[in-house]
Amino acid sequence: MTINGWIQIALFCAVVLALVKPLGGYMTRVFNGERTLLSPVLAPLENGLYGAAGIDRAQEQHWLAYAGAILIFHVFGFLVLYALLRFQAILPFNPAEQSAVAPDLALNTAASFVTNTNWQSYGGETTLSYLTQMLGLTHQNFLSAATGIAVAVAVVRGFSRASARTVGSFWVDLTRTILYVLLPLCILYTLFLVSQGIPQTLAPYFEVTTLEGGKQTLALGPVASQVAIKMLGTNGGGFFNVNAAHPFENPTALSNFVQMVSIFAIGAALTNVFGRMVGDERQGWAILGAMAVLFLAGVAVVYAAEAAGSPVLNGLGLTGGNMEGKEVRFGIVASSLFAAITTAASCGAVNAMHDSFTALGGMIPLINMELGEIIVGGVGAGLYGILIFVIVTIFVAGLMVGRTPEYLGKKIEAKEVKMAMLAILCLPLLMLGFTAIATVTAAGLAGPANSGPHGFAEILYAYTSAAANNGSAFGGLTANTPFYNTTLAIGMLFGRFFVIVPALAIAGSLAAKKTLPASAGTFPTHGGLFVGLLVGVILIVGGLTFFPALALGPIVEHLAGAAGQTFSTGG
Amino acid sequence: MLTQLRPALVLLVALTLLTGLAYPLAMTGIAGLIFPSQAAGSIVSQEGKPIGSSLIGQSFTSERYFRGRPSATTAADPADATKTVPSPYNAANSSGSNLGPTSAALAERVKGDVEARKTENPGKPVPVDLVTTSGSGLDPDISPEAALFQVPRVAKARNLTEDAVRGIVEAKVQGRMLGVLGEPRINVLALNLALDDFGRP
Repeated sequence: MTINGWIQIALFCAVVLALVKPLGGYMTRVFNGERTLLSPVLAPLENGLYGAAGIDRAQEQHWLAYAGAILIFHVFGFLVLYALLRFQAILPFNPAEQSAVAPDLALNTAASFVTNTNWQSYGGETTLSYLTQMLGLTHQNFLSAATGIAVAVAVVRGFSRASARTVGSFWVDLTRTILYVLLPLCILYTLFLVSQGIPQTLAPYFEVTTLEGGKQTLALGPVASQVAIKMLGTNGGGFFNVNAAHPFENPTALSNFVQMVSIFAIGAALTNVFGRMVGDERQGWAILGAMAVLFLAGVAVVYAAEAAGSPVLNGLGLTGGNMEGKEVRFGIVASSLFAAITTAASCGAVNAMHDSFTALGGMIPLINMELGEIIVGGVGAGLYGILIFVIVTIFVAGLMVGRTPEYLGKKIEAKEVKMAMLAILCLPLLMLGFTAIATVTAAGLAGPANSGPHGFAEILYAYTSAAANNGSAFGGLTANTPFYNTTLAIGMLFGRFFVIVPALAIAGSLAAKKTLPASAGTFPTHGGLFVGLLVGVILIVGGLTFFPALALGPIVEHLAGAAGQTFSTGG
Repeated sequence: MLTQLRPALVLLVALTLLTGLAYPLAMTGIAGLIFPSQAAGSIVSQEGKPIGSSLIGQSFTSERYFRGRPSATTAADPADATKTVPSPYNAANSSGSNLGPTSAALAERVKGDVEARKTENPGKPVPVDLVTTSGSGLDPDISPEAALFQVPRVAKARNLTEDAVRGIVEAKVQGRMLGVLGEPRINVLALNLALDDFGRP
């Protein structure tokens, strides 16, 4: 570890923190339906859309209708994307003449993008046409991100409203998020990315004769416009196979830095939106504080592990840390930091191959996802995810002192706690359940590229990433098979909607309650004690659930590696 | 629920066209006007002929050139399309090795590479980036240490003094961006082009 490394990490945190208030203030205005700086340009477009769709912007929805709207919208979105994948061979914008995507891969990819997971069973430049990349993937990047944000805003309204029947209109939240937040930011961001060297072209792949006389085909495409939204919307699905490690997807250390900031920007600012909407910004800072504690602990471990390197390779006389699977322009620190950010935030873009990280360095991304993607988390998903943990924390605190738990003046009762537990239990069931199935079936065991504990970690990582809607991978796993494509698709869909629906149920239930004034007996939820309790609950729930699986994978691998043991494939 | 069908369908179509077609096509047009070179892939030419992209690494095996990092990219086997064969720096199929820290295959590969590199500059420790594959398999850069390590071999192959070659290397070192971000590095293609240009009129 170097001083410069820690300066890069500190700089990242400072820039993200500086964005929280301005972006939070702006987004609050957007979600409250107020006029913004961009209204003169966008309001006519917005009103035109409502008119065409028959939407009355003043008409809000009950939580059930809100959830229903989301589900209907996603069914259609899924079908459109599936059709595009299957028919891309006969559609335009296909200069590389990619053939139709196989049914199981199309199912997996469609599930992957509508759930904001963006798991890559596909290899971008070898599988997808430019039309599929734009009309299929880029557009779902916008829609799934906007859906996450809309759900978070609806949940926040549950806390901020009293005796209300509705939690907002999904159609209005969706439209305003895309028009006023995502699209304007992406336009500026795309131009910055192109200035750094990311291609943005419809020209076909370019063949050159290299300096030594060999042939090299350069895969190109409309890359920058997709990278902008994949980062800002914490989607993470790469234009190219290796995602943000590809020099055309992340050409410079500066593009890398801005990409890292953009992964966290909206998610972090949403905590401020929460604070503003419930009328006490300190509540938002407390939640961001709990996220920051968990995040920084993870960063420190990954960075230390990668800087120390793998004992097996160090034994060959190498120094300078673990560079297998990393790019020189990023080095150890920017690769470690990126790995912690992308898995904390449910983004899943990678700028280095997590599969080749050291055992402990690769364990932190796994843990970040297993905790439920609540460390900043996916845009929107992180906020409603951590609010679910807040409810459990408040419940536990209430049990300790024997008082009805309250949060922001709302009584937390049986219904909220049941829904919170449903959402919390769903994820480990999917992650561990599917891992267990894969490790005892021939189709599952055919997947891992590495053997021994690392092979197990590859499987565990895949289902964890899918259910947590992250999308990053231990890339050695051969996941493009009917078994993995199908089971991972199920994991992604259940992992998304079995959290969204309970979260909205909580929102509806809370919105209907009265808001009680704070009394001397109210547990303050903006201070260090609450932050500590929240972090504790998150770690205990995660630790109890996942420690045995981690012990079989990264922990035993770390011990074996330290003893100099290696594992041969097929041995 | 039926009342939701119209907003769902209309918004899906309208937003799909807006974000999936209008946005990327407009950005393609604008980016092509403002940053034509970058938007087209940062193509580098030598004597008027395109020889690659400044951002994408190339395979160098000649003793006369600096090598880049090992690459784990593959291509379809010409003899059997269901199999793949190693094809370093295949810019149409980016890939890392994905070998884990306790992989015997990784340990053997690195051991072989370390021994091979040691023969060209005995007694010096081998820089780590010269014997590890990059994440993309297309890494255009090596560390300054990795370039300096190769100076004796390149100088001998080109009948130049080591000082002259070292001077070319040092002129091509790019520092951290803004003084802090990333790591110091050397673009291998740019370095080798500078080598070819050295001593030309």
